[in-house]
Amino acid sequence: MESIRKKAKELIESNAVQLVIGYGEGSDNAVRTLFVRKPEDADKLIYDKRCVQNLAFYLMKHEVKHMGKIGIVAPLTVMRTVLQLASENQVKEANIVVLGLGADNSLLNLNSFKEIQEHIATRDLLLPEKENARITEIDGMSKEQRWDFWTDELSRCIKCYACRAACPMCYCIRCQVECNQPQWITAEATPMGNMEWHLMRAMHLAGRCVNCGECARACPLDIPINLLTYKTVLTVKDHFNVSAGTAAEMESVLSSYKIDDKENFIN
Amino acid sequence: MSIEKKIVSQASFEKLVLQLKEEGKRIFAPVKKGTIIGFDEISSLQEMTNDYIVTKQSAKSVAFPKAEKLLSFQSTKEGVMMKDKDFNAIPEVVLIGARPCDAAGFNSLNAIFNWDTQDALYTTRFSRTTIIGISCSKSDAKCFCTSVNGNPGSTEGSDILLTLIDNGNYLAEIVTEKGTALASKYASLFEAAPEVDKEKYLANVPVAFDVDAVLKGIVSSFDNPLWVEQSLRCISCGACAFVCPTCACFDIQDITIGAEHSRKRSWDSCGFSLFTIHTSGHNPREVQSQRWRQRVMHKFAYMPDRQQIVGCVGCGRCSRACSVDMNLKEHLINLAEEIAK
Repeated sequence: MESIRKKAKELIESNAVQLVIGYGEGSDNAVRTLFVRKPEDADKLIYDKRCVQNLAFYLMKHEVKHMGKIGIVAPLTVMRTVLQLASENQVKEANIVVLGLGADNSLLNLNSFKEIQEHIATRDLLLPEKENARITEIDGMSKEQRWDFWTDELSRCIKCYACRAACPMCYCIRCQVECNQPQWITAEATPMGNMEWHLMRAMHLAGRCVNCGECARACPLDIPINLLTYKTVLTVKDHFNVSAGTAAEMESVLSSYKIDDKENFIN
Repeated sequence: MSIEKKIVSQASFEKLVLQLKEEGKRIFAPVKKGTIIGFDEISSLQEMTNDYIVTKQSAKSVAFPKAEKLLSFQSTKEGVMMKDKDFNAIPEVVLIGARPCDAAGFNSLNAIFNWDTQDALYTTRFSRTTIIGISCSKSDAKCFCTSVNGNPGSTEGSDILLTLIDNGNYLAEIVTEKGTALASKYASLFEAAPEVDKEKYLANVPVAFDVDAVLKGIVSSFDNPLWVEQSLRCISCGACAFVCPTCACFDIQDITIGAEHSRKRSWDSCGFSLFTIHTSGHNPREVQSQRWRQRVMHKFAYMPDRQQIVGCVGCGRCSRACSVDMNLKEHLINLAEEIAK
C-alpha cells in the first residue's frame, strides 16, 4: 500500500501524470474509486481484498479521460483490460501509466505494455474457483434445465444496464439494445427481452471479456451474469486458444478470419 | 380525519391475508428469494419475510410496472386494428409490508402521474391498491427518511400502518378511507387498542441535513463544482433510478413479436447518456455530471417547485444498489454544507 502511495505521489508531483485512479475508503466499509490529482491525496489510496472494482472503466469515461495523462492502480484484471482496450485501439500507451500489482499485491515495475504483457504471461488467468464450479454445474444440466435456470435468473433483470455500464469493454456510444430503427433487441424488461439482452451482451463480449466479474458485481439484483461471459472465455480459449487482455496487439477472435480456423461447427 | 387505532394479533394478520386472498385480491409482500428480498405475490403470510430494512427494489411496480403494455395493434388487409389496454383486467392489490418510505414514495408518483395529464393506467392501478405499511424497527446508515420529512413510523401514504409491538401484536393505525373500508370489512380481526407508546418500537434515524436549507439553496448551486466531483465515479447505469420509489421516467417503444405489435412503456433513467439526446445529435446533458445534477435537482428543486413535494423519501435504496458507492445521503450532506458556505 505504501509503495502505491509513494509511486502515485511521485507521478503527480513530477507531473508525469495529472491523475491517478485508485481505490480509497468509501462509506460504510465500502471501497470507492479515488481520483488523485494532488500529491497529498495519494495518502488516501488503499489496497486490500475489498478493492475489486475494475478501474479501467474510467479510462473510457469522458470526464476522466480528458483530465490528462492517467496513472491507474492495476491488479491483474485492470492490466488485462488495459491491454484489451489497447488492442481495440481505445487507449494509447503514451497516455497511461500502469501501476501494476503482482499476485502478492506488491507494486510491480512495469514500464510498457510489452512488460505488462510479459508479466501477464506469468500469471494464472483461470476463472475464480466458485464461478468455475457453477459453470461446470450448469454445463451438467439438460438443455431444458439450463433454459429454466437462466429464464428464472434473468427474470429478475430490470434492464438498468448496470452490467453494461460497469463493463470497461462495453464502450459503444450507442448500444445495440438502443437501436430501434430497426429494433434488434426487445427493449422491455420481460423474460424474453431480458434473455435477448443478456445473450447479445455475452456474444458481444466473446473473445473480449477479461473475466473481471464487474458485470455481476454491479447487478443490483445479484444475477450471476458473469457466468455467461465467463462461459465465452472458456469457449474461446478452447476453440481458438486465445485469452483476452494478454497482448496490446492482437486481432479480435470473432472478427478476424484465419485460414486454419476450425470449421467443425458446420454440420 | 383522525386516525383510528386498533390491535391486530399475528393470528388475525394471518387470517386477514387468507381472507383477502379468498376475496380475490392479489397480495404483494416482501419475500426472500436467494439473496434478494423483494415484493412478490404471496398467498399466505408465512411466505413473507420480516427480516428486512427495506426491500432491494421499491414497491412502485405495483402501480408502475417495469414493463407495461399501453395498447396493441395488428396489421390486417382491412388496415391497422387497434386494441386498447383492458382496464378491467387491472387487479385489486393489497400491498403488505411497505415501509413508511415506500408508502410516501407513492405520494411522489401520484403527484407526477397526475401533474398535467392524468396517467389513466397508473392512476387506475394505484386506485386499486391498498397499502398496509409496516413501521421500521431497524434502520441502517443509508436510511435518511427523517431528513426528508419522513420518519420510521410515518402514516403518510399508508392506508393502514402496522407497528410491531409486544407479543407479536401490531398496532394498526387506520389512516385513509381505503384503510377504513378494509378494517370495517374485517372488523373482527381489528381489536380495541390500549394506549401504546408507538415511538419506543421505532428505529432511530438521526436527521442528517436540513432539507429546507437544501430546497432553498439548491437552484443557486447549479454551477457548483460539487456535481462534477461527486459524479466522477458514477458509471451512468440506471440502478439508482430503477430501485427508487419516486423515479417515474419511462420510455415508450413499439414491440413486434410475430404478428403481434404492442406499444409498451419501460422504466427509463435520466442517468443514461441517451436519455436527452436530440434527433440532431445534440445532447443537452452530454456528460454524467450534468445527469447526476439533474437527478438530484429533479427531486430537490423541480418537484418541490412543480408538485409541491420533495421527490426523495430517504429510503437509501439508490445508495445500496450502487456498485460504485454513490451515497445519496452523503452527497446531500455535502450539498447542504456547500449551500451553507
